This record gives sequence, C-alpha cells and structure tokens, in this order.
Amino acid sequence: MLEIITSSISFFTLLSFFGVGAVGSLLVHKNNKNANAWSSFFAIVGSFWGVFFSIIMILRKKSLLFDLKTSIFSLFNISFHIDLLSSFFIFVISLLALFCSIYGIGYIRHYYKKYDIGVLGFFYNLFIGSLFLVVTSSNALFFLIFWEIMSIASYFLVVYDSNDESNVKAGLLYLVMTYIGTSFIILSFLLLYKYIGSFDFLVIKDSIALVPAVIKNIVFISAFIGFGLKAGIIPLHIWLPAAHPAAPSHVSALMSGVMIKTGIYMMIRLFLDILQPIPLWWGLVVLVVGSISALLGVLYALTEHDIKRLLAYHSIENIGIILLGLGSALTFYSLNLSALALLGLVAALFHTINHAIFKALLFLSAGSVINETHTRNMEEYGGLIKYMPQTALFFLVGSIAISALPPFNGFFSEWLTYQALFQGIAQMHFWTQWIFILAAGSLAFTGGLALACFVKAFGATFLARPRSKEVTHAKESALSMRLGMGSLAVLALLFGVFSGYIISLLKTIGQGLSVFKDSASAVDVSSAQIINVSNGFSVISGFGIFTLLVVITFLVIFIFKKIINNKQKECISNTWDCGTDLSPRAEITATGFSRSIVQIFSGLLKPTIQHHIEYYDDENRYLPKSRTVTLNIGNMYHTYFYQPLHLVINKLSTRARDIQNGNIDLYISYIFIALMLALLVIL
Amino acid sequence: MLVFIWIIQLIFIPFFSPLCIGIIRKIKAKLQNRQGANIFQPYRDLWKLLHKDEVISSDASWIFKFTPYIIFAVTLVVGLSVPLFLPRIVGFVTSDILFIVYALAISTFFMALAGMDTGSAFGGFGSSREMTIAALAEGGFIFSLLTMALIAGSSNLFTIAGLTRSIDSQSFLPAILAFGGFFIILLAETSRFPFDNPATHLELTMVHEAMILECSGKRLALMEWAASNKLLIFMSLGANLFFPFGLDLNVGLGTIVLGMFYFLIKIFLFCVVVALLESSIAKFRFFRLPDLLLVSFIFNVVAIGLIK
Repeated sequence: MLEIITSSISFFTLLSFFGVGAVGSLLVHKNNKNANAWSSFFAIVGSFWGVFFSIIMILRKKSLLFDLKTSIFSLFNISFHIDLLSSFFIFVISLLALFCSIYGIGYIRHYYKKYDIGVLGFFYNLFIGSLFLVVTSSNALFFLIFWEIMSIASYFLVVYDSNDESNVKAGLLYLVMTYIGTSFIILSFLLLYKYIGSFDFLVIKDSIALVPAVIKNIVFISAFIGFGLKAGIIPLHIWLPAAHPAAPSHVSALMSGVMIKTGIYMMIRLFLDILQPIPLWWGLVVLVVGSISALLGVLYALTEHDIKRLLAYHSIENIGIILLGLGSALTFYSLNLSALALLGLVAALFHTINHAIFKALLFLSAGSVINETHTRNMEEYGGLIKYMPQTALFFLVGSIAISALPPFNGFFSEWLTYQALFQGIAQMHFWTQWIFILAAGSLAFTGGLALACFVKAFGATFLARPRSKEVTHAKESALSMRLGMGSLAVLALLFGVFSGYIISLLKTIGQGLSVFKDSASAVDVSSAQIINVSNGFSVISGFGIFTLLVVITFLVIFIFKKIINNKQKECISNTWDCGTDLSPRAEITATGFSRSIVQIFSGLLKPTIQHHIEYYDDENRYLPKSRTVTLNIGNMYHTYFYQPLHLVINKLSTRARDIQNGNIDLYISYIFIALMLALLVIL
Repeated sequence: MLVFIWIIQLIFIPFFSPLCIGIIRKIKAKLQNRQGANIFQPYRDLWKLLHKDEVISSDASWIFKFTPYIIFAVTLVVGLSVPLFLPRIVGFVTSDILFIVYALAISTFFMALAGMDTGSAFGGFGSSREMTIAALAEGGFIFSLLTMALIAGSSNLFTIAGLTRSIDSQSFLPAILAFGGFFIILLAETSRFPFDNPATHLELTMVHEAMILECSGKRLALMEWAASNKLLIFMSLGANLFFPFGLDLNVGLGTIVLGMFYFLIKIFLFCVVVALLESSIAKFRFFRLPDLLLVSFIFNVVAIGLIK
C-alpha cells in the first residue's frame, strides 16, 4: 500500500485532482454554488492527498525520479525528481492549500453574482497544481513553463476583483516585474546550457565542473535576481505589497505563504545542491540582502495602515529572515563547516514552514475582517474583538507567532536562525564576522519592530471602540472560514510545542541533499525533545517552555482569583474621559501609533507632512474652514534605485535613436557597410 | 533538593521585588531631604490593592482582563530561569538568553495591548511609546547577553554566571562594555530614568504608568508587582552575569548562604546606583532615547569585536 502511495502514479493522481478541479469548475461556471463546491472539493481532496503523500515520502526518506518521454527530442523530456526537499515543499504547499481551500468555501460566497466563480476555481486549482509542478520539475525548460503557468494563474487571481481599478494596476505591475525576473532566470539556465548542453538538473549537477568560475558567478547573480524577485527581496519587492493585497484573501495567503517560497526553494536547489562548490561571497551576499530585506520590510510595514499591505511587507521581512538562515548555510558550507551549514539550512526550512502557517493565518483572518467591514484601511476598524471574537483570537495567535514570542512556532525558527548567526560570530574572523554581527543585529531589531507592528495591527483593528459604522454591523465569519483559521492557529502552537520533533525531521530533509549526505549536524534533538545546538552552546525545549508557561499562568490565576480574597466586586464603568465625551477620535490610530518609530527612522523612511488649510476668506486668512494633513512616506528604493535605472534606460534609448533615426538612406548605407565588412572578413 | 531549589527560584523574585522598590524609594527620599515611607510600604500597597474592588472599562475586552495574570506569570517564569544565588539546576531548558528576551517581550506585548484596549488616549500613547522603546532596546539586550555568552561559550545563563568567575584579562574589556550596554537596557526595560519616570502622572512623561492607568484593584496590584519583579530580574541578571562573585556551583548549605549574602549585597548596590541616578539626572526628551539605546547596541558590537 505504502509503495503505491509513494509512486509516480500517486503524484499524477495528485495533479489530476487539481486538473479536474480546474477544468470542471469552468464547465459548471453557470451556477455559482456548483462552481464553488466543485473547485473547493477538488482542491481540498487534492491538497489532503498532497499532505498524505509528502508525509509518507518524508517519513520513508524516499525519493522519486521519473520522466515522460513524450517527444522524439531528448531535450523535451518532462522529468520529475521528488527528493526530500521537494517533498518538504509539497508538504508546505498542500498543507496551506488544504486550509485555504476550506476557508475559501465560505469566503468565496461574497463574490456570488459579482464575478464568475468558475473562473476563480479554474485559476485557483491551476495555481496550486503549478506550484506542485514547480517544486518537482527536474528539467529547466519545463520548470520555466510551470513557473510561467504559476505566474500567469496568480496574475489572473490578482486581477480577479477587477471592478477595483487599483487591482488591475497592481496586476500589471506584478506581470511586468515577473517577466523581468523570468528573463534573468532564463539567462542563468541558458548560460548553464551553453557549457553543459543539457537542461536536466541532474545532468547539470553532475557536470557542473565544466562551467568556469566567472560564468558560475554570473549564473548566481542572475538567478539570485530572478528568484529573489519572486521571493520579494528588497529592492525587487515593489510588486509584492501591490499584488498580494489585491488578490482574494485565501489566494493572498497562498501567494504569501507558498508562492514566494518557490523562489527560496530554487535558491536552495541551485546554490546548495546544483552549483556546488560555491565561493564564500555568495553566502555573504545572501546574508547582506537578507538583513536589509528583514529590517526594511518591517519598517515599511510599520508605516502601513492598509492591513493587507502591512502583512505583505511582513512577508518581505520574513523572506529576509529565511535568507539569513540560507545565507549562513551557504557561507558555512563554502568554508567546509558542513555541520553548521546544516544548522543554517534547518533554520531556513523551519522558518519557511512556520512563516507559511502564521502568514496564511493572518491573511485569512484579515480577509474575514475585510469581508465584514468592506475596507482594508485599519483606521476604520477598532473594537472588532467584540463583534468577531474568534477571528480576533486567531489574529492574535498569528500576531504572537509572527512576533516570535514563545511558545509559538515563530520563536523556535528565529531561535535557530539566531543560533546559526551566533555560531558565525563566534567562529568567523574579520569582515565575515562583521557581516554576521550585522545580520544578527538586524534580526534583533527586526524582532523588536515586528512586535511593535503587531501591537499596532492587533490594537488598531480589534481593540478599543469602533471607528466607523461598518464595524458595528460586523458579524463573526462563516463556519468554514473559522475552521480554516482555527486549524492554522492550532498548527502554529503545535509546531512550536513539538519543535524538537519537527527539527529532527527537517534535519533528515537537509541530509537528503547530496552536500549533507553524511554530514554531522550542529543541531541535535534528544529523546526528551530538547533541542541542543553545537554541543550545548544553547539548549531549549518547546514542550518544556509550553508546560512551564501554562502551568504557572494557571497557578497565578488560581491563586489570585480564588485564594486571595475572591469576594471583591468588579464593576463595569466608562473609561476615564478627562471630563469630555469619549469619542473614537480620542483613541490612538494606527498611523499615530507608529509615528514615533517612523520619526526615529526618518533618515530611511523620509516621512513627509503636508498641511492644507482652506479659509473662509482667502484675503485675510483668519478663519480656517477645513484643515487637511497628509502624511506620506518617501519611496527610498524608488528614488535611489528605480528612478536612476529608468533614467539610464531612457538615455540609452535616446542614444539608440541616433543610429535608428528613420532615414531610409542611412539604413541602406548600414546594409552596404555591413556587406562590405562581411566581404572583407570572408576574403 | 531539586524541588526545594525550584520553589526557592520561583518565589524569591516576587517575595523580594517590592522590597527593592521600597529601598530605591527610601534612598531617593533621603537624597531629597525627605523622611520617606518605610521600605516595606510597597508590600502594604500591594496588600491593600489586592483587597479593593475593581472598576473595569466598558470598552475593555478579555485582553485587558487577562493581561495582568499573563504578565505576572511571565515574570515568574523568567524569574525561575535566571541565576540568583542557587547552584545550577540540571536540565533547565528555559535558562537560554533568547528565551529570557522573548519571554519578557510577551509581557511587553500584552501590556501594550491592554493599554490600547480601553480606548483612552493615555493608554494608546503609552503603548506607542513603550513599543518604540522596547523595539529599539531589543538589539542592545540580546547583544549584551550574547557578548557574555560568547565569552563563556554557552548561552545558558547559569553557565555564564558560573564560568565568568575565572574571567581572564582579555575578556575584561568586552565584559565592561557589555555591562555598560546592559545597564542602559536595564533602565529602559524597567521604565526608570532617563527613559520613564516611575512616579509620574503627567501625560508628557508617562510611558509605563499611562498603559496601566485604567487598571485598578487586584489587576493594578499585579501590574505593579510584575513591574517590580522585572526590575529585580534585570538587577539579578546584571549582578550575576557581569559580577559573578559568590555564586558557587556546588550544592551545599554553606555555599548557598554565602551566595545569598553576596547576592543581596550586589542587589542592594544596584538599588543604590539606580536611586542615585534617578536623583541626579533628568528624564530625557523622548526622541533622544533612541540615541541612548543605539549607544548600548554599539557598545556591545564593539565588545563582540574585541572578544578573541
């Protein structure tokens, strides 16, 4: 039985679920309910099968290699290679797709009669299916095709809510940026093909020695730009905060949770698996880019008051944290410290799955809030905890997990990332050590700022009094939506409490890569689930922390509620109002909350403030009629990166116009000169 | 024996933390030529508050109601995990430097949420200021503990407290720099001068007091008590990680009594320093605080660079 589950047939069954789901929902698109039921059913069953398939693959440490010889050209063989790393990513994708699809059943209902549900179902299933293909494909050509399907399917999901003009604009930006990224990816694959003569990843890996070091460096840079663009590293991230909020929330959850991780997957695949051995500076570049993305991502998140854009910026931050783990793995491996490199990789993988879980949870609960209040602006929320208590609890769990507070999952993966960086600080010298110090410092400040940001997000959304009428009409979301969010919230806790077990599994996944085949690991998990890094440098236990916190909290509540005088009264009264009527305007807003941090980082964020006052009498300006204050954040990457780039491209195009000036005589003379030169060369 | 150690570790911090507050207040009063209240006054205040009726805002949710318990419990867990005067306990998984930092962040997180929960303007700006300071203090906090961890070769607090006893002259300078950084963080995290004024009710200077303004009765008692626990936790970290005399790793009644004696003297000295500092300097303007926190971070970065 297990043999069949871990066979290629099983994998194609998995794909066929999404195929049937996609095509079927187009066929039944006339009826909204049927289309929803059809697409959700196949997505749920398919992802359930994916979870099952990948768990068994990982537990049995099995890898699959198979191809379809569809054409006479050997170049076009579709080949798949599902090793432990691919299985891990299949697990992440299907786990998230499962809960997002469950959530979708209820969430899609508000699109009824507005849009075609069949189309949504088609692209949704196509999107998930293409994600599976991307992480399993073993041929660069077909990889690119699947990569494009994924991009296009997600593009149509981004512009699905097309009545909103800004969504269409965001979609266009996404499409343009994606194509820029893809062109860099194509460049790196073509360079490899030039020297090796094959698009097959396994062949490339075996004959990587044929590629000269300079070309390998170019491949690294263009692949890092291409895949980094998909992952959303700064400054290539501009599409991310535009596109993720535009998509339907369960799709945003998938995009933020898993689609950007396909970039990380390919970086691990290329840099740690295929292009070995690598020079030291690759890892250091990844570390520096990771530090910048983490710190700037969270700073930009702090300036946002659009709840989904805020979450999108946090995706950039967390990609930065994952890159810190990956970058330290690359650095250690190029210095032959494979035990520490494995620690870095485990940290990166652990944060990948943790971020997928809590970010999906946050996007889904943000989706429920938007569904009820019809706005993404946090300044119009407030007090939602009384109207949507369960959604509030789920969002709180997500906030705690993403702020890396114990005993939730985010803490343990950030802890591991810290350990990798600490080991770098302890063992490296000179500027390598300084880069590790920079990375650890950026991670420390990122943690603190993320905490501030989620106090702001949760406080402004759910606490205090409603700041708009919409809030008072809000109701708790549908059962299927709560089920999807609730399961993810439980997973966020379980992945923290049982982090020891998860880490030992991730270690086997890391050892599945050929570079770590027989390597020892700097992270060990004892039989009592105690995580031990570098022979006792640091020791921690998820279960121990959880038990201690829960037991002592209950003890405190018991002692103070029951033992010390339980007869006193609690009376409910108004908040102290300083003698004026309390209105929602007395509360702090999301913008106000983060204003002091923005002010402190004004060198980076370049905040601007504009006053506009309209007077009753413009001649003698004594009595103002209305005042408007506009607060804005300068786009640093726009001013210092995209605008100069734009200028350079413009200048180059003007120069090109000198040659191509539309004069036909000149063109004929070009042909004549070219002919002459050609003749000269031949003769 | 193990259970005995656990219980002492658990109850020592909450039992003695109000005393520290009392001592600091007494010294400050003496310096201001006042008689000052008895050093046991904080205990009486807590006892009085624990028996009073409560008023809870109608806007408050369960976050506000549960926060005092969560914060107090967190300080107990952290208090249990830091070295005091008892020997190392085998298999203490919570004595990790990062766990201490992030566990204290739980209390900051919930305190800031509780401040926003009642919808008063005071709570909101208090939370905003507190999170600003906490966010910027985190780098210095982690790095000062990391410096000591790198010197000791372990991130377990008990090992650090034990190993730096045999501190060599080479790690002397990094340790001093790290202590400088740590002391700034101590003042920031425990809301003392120049970051916050623990005795103020003036809105311009309030941070911690603004967040707990709506608390009353039992909840106010827990909040105040947790704040004093946090102060004692930070002082014991400073006393034991950076000045580790008297802490003996061997189990024995004599060593424990001696350890306790040294520990109490060190804590008393910390109280004196904090009180002297509060009597001699003014509160900083809010936007000058980041500079101070950055100084703490840079001290530690330099310290790490100096470790060889």
